[in-house]
Formats: sequence, C-alpha cells, structure tokens
Amino acid sequence: MELYELTVHELVDKLDKKEITITDIAKSYSERIESKEKDVEAFVTVTAEDAVNKAKKIEEEKNAGKIDSKLAGIPIGIKDNICVKGVKTTCSSKMLENFVSPYNATVIDKINNENMVVLGKLNMDEFAMGASTEYSYFKKTKNPWDLNRVPGGSSGGSAAAVAANMVPWALGSDTGGSIRQPSSFCGVVGLKPTYGLVSRYGVVAFASSLDQIGPITKDVTDSAMLLNLISGYDEKDSTSLDIEKKDYTKSLVNDVKGLKIGLPKEYFGEGIDAEVKKAVMEVAKKYEEMGAIVKECSMSVADYALATYYIIACAEASSNLGRFDGIRYGYRTKEFSNLKDIYINSRTEGFGEEVKRRIMLGTYVLSSGYYDAYYKKAQKVRSVVKKEFDKLFSEFDVLLTPTSPTVAFNIGTRSNNPLQMYLADICTVSVNIGGLPAISVPCSLNSEGMPIGFQLIGNHFSEDTLFKTAYTYEQNTNFRENKPKFVGARY
Amino acid sequence: MSKEDYEIVMGLEVHAELSTKTKIFCSCPTEFGGEPNTHCCPVCMAMPGTLPVLNEKVVEYAIKAGLATNCEIARNSKNDRKNYFYPDLPKAYQISQFDMPLCEKGYVEITNKNEEKKKVRLTRIHIEEDAGKLNHDDYGRGSLVDLNRAGVPLIEIVSEPDLRSAEEAEMYLRKVKSILEYIEVSDCKMQEGSLRADVNVSVRKRGQAEYGTRTEMKNMNSFRSIVRAIEYESNRQIEVLEEGGKIDQETLRWDDVSGKTFSMRDKEDAQDYRYFPDPDLALIKMSEEYIENIKKSLPELPESRKKRYIEEIGLPEYDANLITASKHLSNLFEKASEICGNYKAVSNFIMTDITKFLNEKELEPDQIPFSGEELGNLIILIDKGTISTSIAKKVLAVLFEAPEDPMKIVEKNGWLQISDEGAIKEVVLKIIEQNQQSVTDYKAGKKQALGYLVGQAMKETKGKANPGMLNKMFMEELEK
Repeated sequence: MELYELTVHELVDKLDKKEITITDIAKSYSERIESKEKDVEAFVTVTAEDAVNKAKKIEEEKNAGKIDSKLAGIPIGIKDNICVKGVKTTCSSKMLENFVSPYNATVIDKINNENMVVLGKLNMDEFAMGASTEYSYFKKTKNPWDLNRVPGGSSGGSAAAVAANMVPWALGSDTGGSIRQPSSFCGVVGLKPTYGLVSRYGVVAFASSLDQIGPITKDVTDSAMLLNLISGYDEKDSTSLDIEKKDYTKSLVNDVKGLKIGLPKEYFGEGIDAEVKKAVMEVAKKYEEMGAIVKECSMSVADYALATYYIIACAEASSNLGRFDGIRYGYRTKEFSNLKDIYINSRTEGFGEEVKRRIMLGTYVLSSGYYDAYYKKAQKVRSVVKKEFDKLFSEFDVLLTPTSPTVAFNIGTRSNNPLQMYLADICTVSVNIGGLPAISVPCSLNSEGMPIGFQLIGNHFSEDTLFKTAYTYEQNTNFRENKPKFVGARY
Repeated sequence: MSKEDYEIVMGLEVHAELSTKTKIFCSCPTEFGGEPNTHCCPVCMAMPGTLPVLNEKVVEYAIKAGLATNCEIARNSKNDRKNYFYPDLPKAYQISQFDMPLCEKGYVEITNKNEEKKKVRLTRIHIEEDAGKLNHDDYGRGSLVDLNRAGVPLIEIVSEPDLRSAEEAEMYLRKVKSILEYIEVSDCKMQEGSLRADVNVSVRKRGQAEYGTRTEMKNMNSFRSIVRAIEYESNRQIEVLEEGGKIDQETLRWDDVSGKTFSMRDKEDAQDYRYFPDPDLALIKMSEEYIENIKKSLPELPESRKKRYIEEIGLPEYDANLITASKHLSNLFEKASEICGNYKAVSNFIMTDITKFLNEKELEPDQIPFSGEELGNLIILIDKGTISTSIAKKVLAVLFEAPEDPMKIVEKNGWLQISDEGAIKEVVLKIIEQNQQSVTDYKAGKKQALGYLVGQAMKETKGKANPGMLNKMFMEELEK
C-alpha cells in the first residue's frame, strides 16, 4: 500500500515505529499531486516542492531532538481562504489573484507550531459562495469518484484533494455547509465545529456570524486529531470562546448504547433524493442495531432556515467584501478617471457573478426601509431556530439527517441556476444558524457509484458526542473499502 | 425682517480622540504623527481575514466621559457597522455604535456672558474608530493613504439642538474640552485634530416652535473657525429665507481662507449607511460594580474645583470660573499656590498678567510652557521684595519663552530689586536734586508730586528699586 493511502493516525503510528520517515511522506504526496492534480485540479497554489525540502529539515531537527511533536512533518492542505504568510490567498477570486498574505491565520500558527507541512492552497467557490466549486475564478475541481461531476463546495478543493489522496487531510471552512456537503460528495469526513470553538482569525470572512474552520479527513479519528489541534480560545477573535480544551481522541469509543438519536422528519421530505433517503434510513437502522435509541422528531422552522440563512449570510458578506475596493490590495481596474470609477470598475471586473449577486442581495436587505422586513426578521427567525434546536437537544443527544439532498451532480448542470444551487444547502444551513457542530460521515454508494453522506448534528460544544457516534458507525461498517474509480487506490 | 428677528439653533457633534495607548481594535500605538503607515498592522489596515478586538480602556474612557457629563450609562451596549466607501476607511465600514450607545441623556452646564447658567443636553456619547488620512498630491497626480490614524479610538458627543449663539457654541465646546481634559481621556489638541466638531446650524423666526432646516459643517477644529463659520452660515441662511428661498439640508465645508461655506456632496448621493450589528464583536455588558469603580476613579471635575475655590479660598466667581475652565491653568494655580502659600497673589497674577499675555499672543492656557513650581517661585520673589511687580512682568515674558527657575532669570538679567538703604538714598537725593520744581510743588501741598518723583527714581533704576523703600525715603527727605 502506498503511503498516500494511509490516514494521518496510521502515518503517525508508522513514524513512531520508524517504519517510514517524514521525507518519505512528503515525497509520496509530492508525486501523488504531480500525477493526479492535472485531472482533479484541486489546488490553486501548490507548495509541494518546498514541502519536500521543509520535510527534510523537520526530519533533521526531529532526529536531533529539537522537535517532539507527533504531527511534525505531517502534510496538510489549506482552503484558499485561510491566510498563510508569504503565500497567495486568493479565495479563488480574480480580486485576490495576486494577494500574498502578510500574516498567518491562527490555525496556521497552530499548524506551524507542530512543524506540519503545508502542501498547498485548495480551490473553492469564489469567496466560499457556492456549492460546487464551479464558481472558482481559476479552475473547476473534479470529483475523484467521477471526473464529470462536481466535488461540492465551497470547500470542494479540500474534499477532492483528500479523496484523491493528494493531501492526507485538509482544512475547509463552513458557512452554510461548505465543509460537510463537499465531504459528502467526495466520500470523506467533514466536521463543522461549534461556532466559537475554532478561531476565525485569518479566514477571509464571508459571513462572520456563521463561518467556522473545520477538518476534512479520511476518517473520524483524523477528524478528532485535527480538531484537537485547531480548536481553542484565541484572543484575536472576540467570538472565540474561552472554554476548557477537550482531548477529542478520548471520545473515540465504539459504543452508542442508549444514545438518543432524533430523525427530524423535515430533512427526509420533498427534494431529498430517494436513494439518499434510503441510505440514511439504513444508517438509522444500523444505529438501532448497535444499541442506540432512534426516534422521529420535528423541526418545524426548518423550512425557513434557507431563506434566513441567505439573508443573514448575504447581509454580512455585502459588508465584509467592501474592503475589496481596489485601493490597498487586490485587483484594480485599468479603466478609471476618478475614485468612483476605481470602485465600480474594480469590483465589477474583480468579482464573479455569484459574489456580485450576493453582495447585491445583502446590500438590499440592509437598506433603510428594507432592514426590518428582511434582516431584522431573519434575526428573529434565527433565534426561533436556536430555540427549536435547544428543545430537540433536551430530548436527543444527536440528530441524524442526510448531509445533502443528492449525490454529486454533473459539472455545468446547476451553475446557471442559483436557486437550484442554493437548495444544495438545505440540510446544512440550519446548523450554522444555530451555531451548532455537525459532522458528515460517508455511509454508502448510490446506484451510480457516488458516495452518500449522513449528517450528525450535536448540541453546542458536543463534538465529543459527535465523534463517538460517528466513530462507532465507522468501526462497525466498511465504507472505506470502496475506492474512487478514478483514483485507482483505496483513498 | 432683520437679523434680530431670527434665532440661531445649533447642536454639536464633538469628536474627541481618546488618549489610550493603543488603538480601539488592535494593539498599534495611537501616537500622533510618525512616517505614513508605520503605526499599522494587518488589523487596522483591514487585511482580509483580520478581526477586531475591542480595547477595554476605550469603554472605560467613554464611560468616564459619560459620568462626567451626567449621562445615563448603558448596562448593555454593542458595536455596529456603518458602511460606506472612502479610501481612508480601509474596511469600507466604520465600527461605531448605532442604537445602543454607551452613554445617553446627559448635560453640560455653561455660564453665559450674563452670568446665566444653562444646561446643554447631550443626546448620547458613543465610541467609534477614526479613519485614516489622505495626503493629496498638490499637482493632482493622485492621493496617498496614511492609515496611522485608522483605528484611533474616538468618542462622539452629540448634543441636543440647545445652543442659540456662536458664543454659546464656543462656551459649550470649551466646557466639553475642559471636562475631557480633567478626566484625562483625551489630550484635546485641536491643532492635531484630536478634538473636532461637526456643527449643525439652522435658523427660525423668534417665537416659532418648529426648527428650521439644518445644514452641517464637518470637522471644524478651531474655536475661531467655529465661531466664524456659525456667524457666516446663520447669516447666509437668514438671507436665503429673507429672499424667499429655502434651505437645503446638506453637508457643508467651511473654508477658513475665504470665510465661506461650500456644498460638499451631491444631493442625489444621500448616504444609506446600512448600519447593522458587527458580528465580529460581542455585546458589551457592564456590571454595576464596573461602573461604580469607574465612578470612584473619576478625578475632581471643574464644577467641584470652582466651588472649592469660591468657598474655601474666597476667589471671586469670575476668577474661579476662568481658572477652572482649563485643567492646565487650574493645576498651575494649585501647584503655584502650594509652593508660595499665597492663593490670592497667584490668582491675581493669573487673572491679570498671565491672561493679558495669553490674549496678546493668542495662546490657549494649555500652551503655557512653565510649571506651577516656577510660577509659585516667581510669586515668592515678589512677596519677599526680591523683585518688583514690574520686573515680575519681564520675568513672565521670559518664562513664556524659555522657562527656568525665576531666580535664575532675575540673576542672569541683573533684575534684583535694590533694597539697600544707602543705594536707594543715593538715587532719592539725585532725583530730588534734578527735580526741584516737584519738590517745591510737594511742599506747596501738591502731594501727587511724590508719585512723579518715585516714578523718576524707578526709571533711573530700570524698575529695580524697592518701591516701598523709595516712597518712605522720599517722604523723609521731603518732610525734612
């Protein structure tokens, strides 16, 4: 078996036993990227060449006893909206095509502290707005299970790179499903942590009250390991919470006996593909077999979640993206004779259609005369959603739903229909509105051989429960024996 | 109708830069000046992905200002985004406060020319961040952005439309400045822009209940221009109305050189700031204990000092008012009095000689360069008869130029008062000899001739002779 097929915890074991070296790992991934990137197109910037040199240095230092991190030399891929000092951070936008970040995101500082190796920056929908990664200004990333299909989005590059074994794990960001939905499309594990658990400092803001950085990994164990690394209070982020740090690997216990799982019926209704529904119901059955108590429940405001999400997310985005004005950094138009021209032309030429659509939506809902009818009302619905979740979590430990209403769709089939694209978020957005954690776990392939994922939603800061629940499923099933046709190896 | 038939109605929005060491949302220094873009970091330059963290000192200072101006302090407050595009605003929104300011419903008391007290009501005090500065190329080739000032904390103090004359507006602003200086939350240096005001002016016929349409003049940063601008703008509005015209609600720019106001923005450009709560910042919650502690930490305010000066020291109200109007002056007074033990002499010296000097040189009290200790020592020299009051004026002039110990100034310039009996007698005899006519006049009963002789002796000694001794000795000689 090739090194790039292993999970991170397997790599760490082998390093521990001195069966492999850090340089072996870096080389294995460099070669893998070299051979597969032209088909998958997951990267915006590859730093792999540098990665081998860096790995060599880390190995020397580790051998000399200067570094004692278990994760030293472990490669990682980073979604291209997370700032890495000295490297381009483009958000897959023409606007930031040449923007080199002068500072590190807090999660990158944590990765650097462990002496991990960043393999590159991964493709995404422009400014994380989209569900297919087709809205990237640079390239269309392919789904490793079927190159004619999208990898999902907006963290499509991250999910595809993990699925295609071009990185062992990756960081994504999730505003309305952008980690979970592509993870589901690509048959990998994606976690959206509780709002406030992971510092947002250094992730280019889309919707500040919804964004969270999270891990995309090959299995649940890796997800817990990566969350251990990136979580924790950050004084640079006022919305990060100062709570006691947990060791999530301790929650990797193969036991769901007595666990109360709710199935909110609204997530199994209209618009959910029959095969997806069936697959997730089978997951529920499996949980019952393993000793969990599964019961149908209701989330009556679920129908309003999508509208609420798009109002809040677009409102915040319209303000957050104001700074891309062609003045200090980023794209500036060549056609201007006054200040107004610089603003209008730079933004017209620098942003893609979807980004402009959302800026306009957001500007509209915040405008005087419309604020109360849209933004304010959406905030009210938001608190109702939170209350409904609170009520559900007084009865259930976790909620089980599909992650996405469908499997990965074909490239080009939805990118011209924004409403169709927005519907891809229907199962995921309410989690962001509630600020809750949720994990997407692959369960089976549909009749076309495309992966289906299920979503587990937990109460605030109950990532440990999510990991335990997901881990138990993973230990008692065998999804990872499936191989993406294209990749030609166990991923 | 004439000008007198109209009443001017004004409200001020005073912006004061807070003197915290670091900026409101990052740890860059707030220091004025510096090479362009050197007091900056990714946060205040609005690099993608950066986040604001509220400086707690800013909240504390704003609450101090609120308590010192009789405001109600909020227990729950928040930051909001005010969205607009301008190159000096790197995030394209200013973090300010919209509907939940830290302080509301206060007042500031002013005493007008007729010694009448008036309460000017404050609508609110809120915190916000300053913008950067644009340096415009003189040749029109472009503008450069300096973000050193971006993120310097400000409080905006908004008054109700309670002001009725340029004079009242100036008094109000002076009072606000004085309060902020007393509580040490702002250095209020108007020349550096750390205190500036937007002035809203409207006029209405006397007796009319509703307000007229107002215009706003932004970023005024000297008392003189504010007074001139109000006078110009109110007259302009009256003229427009008298000619049957209408006032447009608009933002104006005051031009100090031409002494006129100019329209700043196109009317169709009416701004919609799209205020909404900043999702990057948490709610600001203040406990009773927190507010109580700030209250306890407040220093003595001008009103209380004034009362003390009148009741304990016995200064006339007018003097007490003038001295306490500036913290610097008041501190100078207290220190000098402590040194020399003669409150009366110090206050007289401030009210006459120092005030005269400031007026002549068009200086503000906070530009006085010498210390209270130096002033106190000067008064001691007068009290001990080491120098005369006329020499004291000369010493004061030197103190304004190059402050040092007054005794040293006196010695360097050879200004020691002549109190030696022999030397004075010599002068007296010389003057008597030279002015026989005056001697005759005196002996004939014209007692004012004595004053003339003393004056001549003073002239002879260049003001250094001890005037008491001169008087006494002339009397002795003339009575012989």
